Amino acid sequence: MNARPRLERFLATDPADVGCEEAMEVLHIYVDLVAVGQDAARAYPGVAAHLAVCGPCGDDFAGLLAAVTQS
Amino acid sequence: MKRSEDLAPTLDPVSAEWIGALTGTASERHDGQVRLHGMLARVALHEMRRRRAGSSWLGGVELEDLAYQAAADAMIAILGKLQTFRGESRFTTWAYRFVVLEVSAKLGRHYWTLHPPAVLEAQDWERLVDRLGTDPGEQAERAELARAVRRAVDQVLTAHQRRVFTAIVVNGVPLDAVVARLGTNRNAVYKTIFDARRKIRAYLAANGYLDQSEAGAP
Repeated sequence: MNARPRLERFLATDPADVGCEEAMEVLHIYVDLVAVGQDAARAYPGVAAHLAVCGPCGDDFAGLLAAVTQS
Repeated sequence: MKRSEDLAPTLDPVSAEWIGALTGTASERHDGQVRLHGMLARVALHEMRRRRAGSSWLGGVELEDLAYQAAADAMIAILGKLQTFRGESRFTTWAYRFVVLEVSAKLGRHYWTLHPPAVLEAQDWERLVDRLGTDPGEQAERAELARAVRRAVDQVLTAHQRRVFTAIVVNGVPLDAVVARLGTNRNAVYKTIFDARRKIRAYLAANGYLDQSEAGAP
């Protein structure tokens, strides 16, 4: 990938993105849906949009999913 | 405090058992809390180690104490908010969320025990050039784009946006560390970066560096 598309992708923002606060409020519900194989992104598209671009919240999602699937 | 029988119709059996244990007699509560704390500590330690695997600055950090602190603080938060659990997820998933979020907050604060405050104000723009790619043939283009981004940062961002954007995007300070340093919350810092990206993109499009057609995209 050359520099310009990379920069485009970095600067792109999704209007569906609900932000950290709203995503973290329902993270447990979202993770349980993912853990049982349901389409969490369809149920919570704004949360999915956020988790795709927010590194810290994406990390929390990965950590919680790991906790519930390994316990 | 609601007793387990008040919530039982909406809870799965395992979650109902947890609520029963944590809201029962003194003896039941004690046993339930011991069991819960053990689970939280295990999750916290696992999560700390998982984070270390993906983060260079955590390489030499002693994580056990931080994990136990995260578990203890999560325990207090869980017991304080037990009445708000409505069974929308399994109880354990709801409880583990507290400890995962505590791990993030603890690591954000711990960052500053290992790094000087000056990294928040540094101007390491060469890092941005590297993040735009590694192809030697594109070095000139990357440098030009990085200079354009820097002009945008200087010209269209507010002082607060400039400080936060530079710290996270240019200097590579973890977002949760910036949250801890500024005494704010993750959502506020994320929103600052979100708005900064939009303004920088609009500037770059207006000056011919990116497609104008997408400049209005939020």
